[in-house]
Amino acid sequence: MSNILAVANKELRSYFGSPIAYAVLGFFAFAFDFMFWVFLRGFIEQSARMGGQMGMGMQPVNINQMMVRPLVMQISVIVLFMLPMVTMRTYSEEKRSGTIELLLTAPLTDLEIILGKFLGALGLYAAMLAVTLPCMLMLFAYGNPDWQPVATSYLGLFLLGASFIAIGLFISSTTQNQIVAGVLTFVLLLMLLLAAWLRDFVTGPWALNVLSAFAIFEHLDDFTKGVVDTKHVAYYLSLITFGLFLTARSVDGERWRG
Amino acid sequence: MIEVQHLTKQYGRFTAVDDVSFRVDKGEILGFLGPNGAGKTTTMRILTGYMPATSGKAVIAGFDIFDQPIEAKRRIGYLPETPPLYTDMTVRDYLLFVGRIRGVGSKALRAQVDTAMEKARVADVANRHCGKLSKGYRQRVGLAQAILHNPEVLILDEPTAGLDPKQIMETRDLIKGLAGSHTIVLSTHILPEVAQTCERVVIINKGKVAAVDTPAALTERIQASQTIYVQVDAPSGTDVAAAIGGVPGVTRVTPVEQHGTLASFEVDCHKGEDRRREVARLVVTRDWGLVELRPSRLSLEEVFLQLTTDETASAAPPAQTPDAAA
Repeated sequence: MSNILAVANKELRSYFGSPIAYAVLGFFAFAFDFMFWVFLRGFIEQSARMGGQMGMGMQPVNINQMMVRPLVMQISVIVLFMLPMVTMRTYSEEKRSGTIELLLTAPLTDLEIILGKFLGALGLYAAMLAVTLPCMLMLFAYGNPDWQPVATSYLGLFLLGASFIAIGLFISSTTQNQIVAGVLTFVLLLMLLLAAWLRDFVTGPWALNVLSAFAIFEHLDDFTKGVVDTKHVAYYLSLITFGLFLTARSVDGERWRG
Repeated sequence: MIEVQHLTKQYGRFTAVDDVSFRVDKGEILGFLGPNGAGKTTTMRILTGYMPATSGKAVIAGFDIFDQPIEAKRRIGYLPETPPLYTDMTVRDYLLFVGRIRGVGSKALRAQVDTAMEKARVADVANRHCGKLSKGYRQRVGLAQAILHNPEVLILDEPTAGLDPKQIMETRDLIKGLAGSHTIVLSTHILPEVAQTCERVVIINKGKVAAVDTPAALTERIQASQTIYVQVDAPSGTDVAAAIGGVPGVTRVTPVEQHGTLASFEVDCHKGEDRRREVARLVVTRDWGLVELRPSRLSLEEVFLQLTTDETASAAPPAQTPDAAA
């Protein structure tokens, strides 16, 4: 465990020792705040219009349904854009600079290295989610949203991001070039996003099932409604495990090829 | 301390390391010598557990590197060909990280980092980023990293590459100072380094061990004949080579250079027979000018070349088998 933490700590240090962490955090905060503002304006306008039309006695407009949910879905797309930048260098940079030789000859297991890197990237992602909290807390200060859907949304986003990181880690372990790793990860994640859209155009249970398995964003939907379904949690956890497993295979295969 | 038996590494059809066996005793410094692509780095990478061998066995401090990699790796300090530095970390942070993953306890960690920096003479750049260091400093930080956890076995791939002459001498002294308490395997392409630093040399060529011996014994063993270098000032037209060839005991005369009337030759004699006096007498009685006359000794460099080039390798006396050397 201390080995995993040592690697995770080093990963975090290297994110924050380079401009990457600040660029990612800064851009993510900007994108989130911008969308927050857009959705908030839309929400205020709509609630004012509805309040004017319906008068008293109407069910008050639901801030969770009308604002938090679509916001979280938009943010998940921003996460898709950002996380390849976080994971692209994890393995490829070590391979290019030769530091991988230090890790692989240290008394560490492959799993400890992989989990360390995974945790490190997850730490940066947690920081990304943390910078969105002030805006969310503002909603609670000036409005009265239900806290459960907000909390589960964050849980969903966290699991979604963790899956992206596991996939990114694997792709980074297959190349020495971090740009290639970043672009490939981005393309792959984008295809997962498109898989959900494609479902409207296919027929037949088989094709639908396959596309559902790839529709990584679909599984976020229930979280935004405040529902934590084990089905979705298991989906993300198995995706994470699969990504880390592929990484382990890739690192081990690299060893044999030399 | 290190025992390597029949190590073979194949990449597809290419055999990078071919049935290599040798042994290093506790406290010994073993030099690994060979042309580029001979398999030095591959062998070292196998010894350190970076990559598995196709077949064969390597035991480090009693632990098989394939069966008990974690235990074996704990006892190894390794400096790869390129020092594995994280460019965005400071030297101190980097060494602290290396100490942690090598299992140095958190209490001893800071003290051991300081000691390693002291020994490798990098204490003055402790707070600089690794990426901003000169080649010489990078190499020495790499060395500090290798000795940090006070390992029983040190494996150094070209530890003096990129250093200036003064630093090379300091590093050699450091390595010599580490021997005794550490068992050291180092590779190099600088031959005097082997002669000065190592107690035994493994010459490796095309993945195979060509010879294992002390530097001095290697030089001696390879010399099948005694060679004299002679430079003579003789009037043009005279056949100096034939005249020297007539001296009893001389087996072969090879012209080296001819500048006007100045001619120089390599004169081979039977082993153990020095014919310098006879050659000198001949030159003087013929009334030629004797410009230079000296024994021409095979340097380690020539031994190396002889052992690693095909044509002369077969002519050289059979190399001591690694098992016999051990």
